[in-house]
Amino acid sequence: MDFVNQLQRKFIDYSSSLHREGIVDDQFTQLRKLEDENSPHFVMEVASLFFEDCEKLINNMAIALEQKQGVDFKQIDECIHQLKGSSSSIGAMRVKNACIAFRSFSDGQNREGCLRCLQQLSHEYSLLKNKLQTLFRLEKQIVAAGGSIPRVH
Amino acid sequence: MVMAASETKFHVLAVDDTLIDRKLIEKLLKTSSYQVTAVDSGTKALEFLGLNNNDHHDVEVNLIITDYCMPGMTGYDLLRKIKESSSFKDIPVVTMSSDNIPSRINRCLEDGAEEFFLKPVQLSDVNKLRPHLMKRRTQTNVNKRKAMDEIVSPDRTRARYNELEVK
Repeated sequence: MDFVNQLQRKFIDYSSSLHREGIVDDQFTQLRKLEDENSPHFVMEVASLFFEDCEKLINNMAIALEQKQGVDFKQIDECIHQLKGSSSSIGAMRVKNACIAFRSFSDGQNREGCLRCLQQLSHEYSLLKNKLQTLFRLEKQIVAAGGSIPRVH
Repeated sequence: MVMAASETKFHVLAVDDTLIDRKLIEKLLKTSSYQVTAVDSGTKALEFLGLNNNDHHDVEVNLIITDYCMPGMTGYDLLRKIKESSSFKDIPVVTMSSDNIPSRINRCLEDGAEEFFLKPVQLSDVNKLRPHLMKRRTQTNVNKRKAMDEIVSPDRTRARYNELEVK
């Protein structure tokens, strides 16, 4: 049982650090609260969907920004809008803020500015993905060791 | 025979083109003990209701919750279509959006939406749905009870009529 306690403590500490660093916000906590016996891995499932979505949108924007014959800023704007929405829904605060910053450059039809923002966005996304995957690994370890996921707050 | 407030779950039709938001609203609704059908477009919502073909009216939907920004038919277009339909205009409709645009919110509320939720939708928002559903159910039960009384007690009616005749 001591091993499980250690893992659980690690989970709680890591989870708190994600909040402290602004990687996730209160919406992430709200999603956690929705987890129960019927859907014990709800957050993990929604996060996977988000990762797929994010990668696709970042890729589409990269392609759009490369177009020599002219950048379709309307398409960029739609991608940002979608990504802002889903990052907000999952509580991915820094990704969401990167989208908000991005929007002002795409509104201004500033290609250079957009490229910088996209880089920043990719960085925030990688950070989020790495950290959440670490958290989910801990989650799986706890369950495998016969423990339960600590429900925070 | 009195129709007590039904124990069957309310059935909510959720409409959102974004998969993540659909998953989220579905979870929120199920957590609040609603039966949920989630579709990804206004067109599919109308098909589900049976608005496009008159064959199936046996699907009962007690509330529709829809995203505003959707390709093709927006949530507002869907709201209008529901409210203009003689079969479905009494179904409460709730709209949601990630954008806080007062003119958009007002337009939806003025054109028949019961509530407008800002995304991300919370459990506290979903809790606001119940009064709208209970109101409709009470009204339906009152109507049903009146209808049932008329069917079930013809003798009583006849007796009353006879009494009048005797007088």
